[in-house]
Amino acid sequence: MQIGIFTVGDVTPDPTTGRTPTEHERIKATIAIARKAEEVGLDVVALGEHHNPPFIASAPTTTLAYIAAQTERVILSTATTLITTTDPVLIAENYAKLQHLSDGRVDLMMGRGNTGPVYPWFGKDIRDGIELAIENYHLLHRLWREDVVDWEGRFRTPLQGFTSTPRPLDGVPPFVWHGSIRSPEIAEQAAYYGEGFFANHIFWPASHTQRMVDLYRRRFEHYGHGTADQAIVGLGGQLFMRANSQDAVDEFRPYFDNAPVYGHGPSLEDFTRETPLTVGSPQQVIERTLGFREYVGDYQRQLFLMDHAGLPLKTVLEQLDILGEEVVPVLRREFAALKPAHVPDAPTHASLVEEARQRHLDASPAEEVSA
Amino acid sequence: MTSIVVVSAGLSVPSSTRILADSLAASTQRALAALGQESEIEVIELRGLAHLITDNQLTGFPTGALADAVRRVAEADAVIAVTPVFSASYSGLFKMFFDVLEDGALEGKPVLVAATAGTARHSLVLDFAMRPLFAYLRADVVPTGVFAASSDFGSGSVGTTGSLSARIDRAAGELADQVLRRGSVLPDDPFADPTPFEDLLNGQS
Repeated sequence: MQIGIFTVGDVTPDPTTGRTPTEHERIKATIAIARKAEEVGLDVVALGEHHNPPFIASAPTTTLAYIAAQTERVILSTATTLITTTDPVLIAENYAKLQHLSDGRVDLMMGRGNTGPVYPWFGKDIRDGIELAIENYHLLHRLWREDVVDWEGRFRTPLQGFTSTPRPLDGVPPFVWHGSIRSPEIAEQAAYYGEGFFANHIFWPASHTQRMVDLYRRRFEHYGHGTADQAIVGLGGQLFMRANSQDAVDEFRPYFDNAPVYGHGPSLEDFTRETPLTVGSPQQVIERTLGFREYVGDYQRQLFLMDHAGLPLKTVLEQLDILGEEVVPVLRREFAALKPAHVPDAPTHASLVEEARQRHLDASPAEEVSA
Repeated sequence: MTSIVVVSAGLSVPSSTRILADSLAASTQRALAALGQESEIEVIELRGLAHLITDNQLTGFPTGALADAVRRVAEADAVIAVTPVFSASYSGLFKMFFDVLEDGALEGKPVLVAATAGTARHSLVLDFAMRPLFAYLRADVVPTGVFAASSDFGSGSVGTTGSLSARIDRAAGELADQVLRRGSVLPDDPFADPTPFEDLLNGQS
């Protein structure tokens, strides 16, 4: 089980002080959070992508490359990469470059983005969101796998004899997750390619996430990538912890009540009941998180949203310390004990390189003999 | 068994909106029975869901009794939608409920629209506010809408042409006919029956 964090890079006032961090502070905080994630032993740091205020999440590969230079172990990922409004040729180039710079510590999560004006700013139309995600990703998938691509589609100027450079590290493209809150088409897409499916999970009730993941697993098997329980599933999650659970509730409540996405709506208690948000002791977080597999099955990646709603950097870093020290070791141990042997781990660069080597050996046994 | 869901946005108790809604439901049930069709009526009172509807607007998903109501409307064979007139239109609560339904929930569904107000001067609300809303939602609205002003409840001309009860029976009869013509149509379930990826890739979604 990979356990990590994801962030959307929002610049939000701290409701308890009224102070809004500057863009510079928030960008630097993102780096500090990523370094802390590595320090406390998390597996993944995933950054969002936004092209409008109040976010500092544009140019994600710049930030990821900077983090890569300051870390050694943590996997760099996205949450999400806007496959709709970003030229797939640029995604192919940027993330292959990042793969080389980070020695393979890269994967990506594709997403559509739901901010209407971003589409026209990039020459697109939000009503084509699904079609853009399907066509653009199909091109990206080819650019990383075929050295020379001839291509023509609806949304981009045609390519004749195009080679995307650099080629993926070791000839192995970054692993891709397809993320969605509520579009069955994206679960279908992930299943078709036999790639990961990431259910956002944090904004909707468990029953909904269960339907999305179930569809993806069924179709993964349909497309011949393995049995349904071998499909690669990731989930979002959201938590706030203190040793004493009432302290966690008291401290987090003003942030919850004013949060940009759900603030001024349901109570903290209602939202905790209806969604995966867990506010309480580390033990409560462990129990709740282990419960996710009861409705999505054995899964491979758990990302937590830790730095939103105006929480100050100091608090976020404390949360990461608690996560790394008290929660993650137990989750790793318990998830591993529960997972049957035939359910794979999330692919990494090393595992994909090994898989490619095996495929090559299977395809050309004569070479092996002569070698 | 035909299922008729009544959505009533009346706020007071007792509510003339609810009284009108119940009369329309009972008349529809009689009209269906006369055509040999059994039916069951479920009433959704929006007042009790008001907080949940607001939460849904803010979070994007329905919970509890609202999730149930949203599902019942989507699965209904017909809907009777009744609102009080507030500031020359349907009430805000009424609109907010229809705002949180899933896309396509009312597509092709027989709907009877009705409204209540203090005076008959508001009667065009049916045609200038409610019909455009349900046209946008692609519902199949029956030709007769029923508007009841306070005075209609005491007009006493039961059964005479143009009386409230005659208008109710005419609208209910149209709804019953439409329900029988359409039959039972379950909403699409994209999770049970996804568009195959090859079709998505070929732009046939």
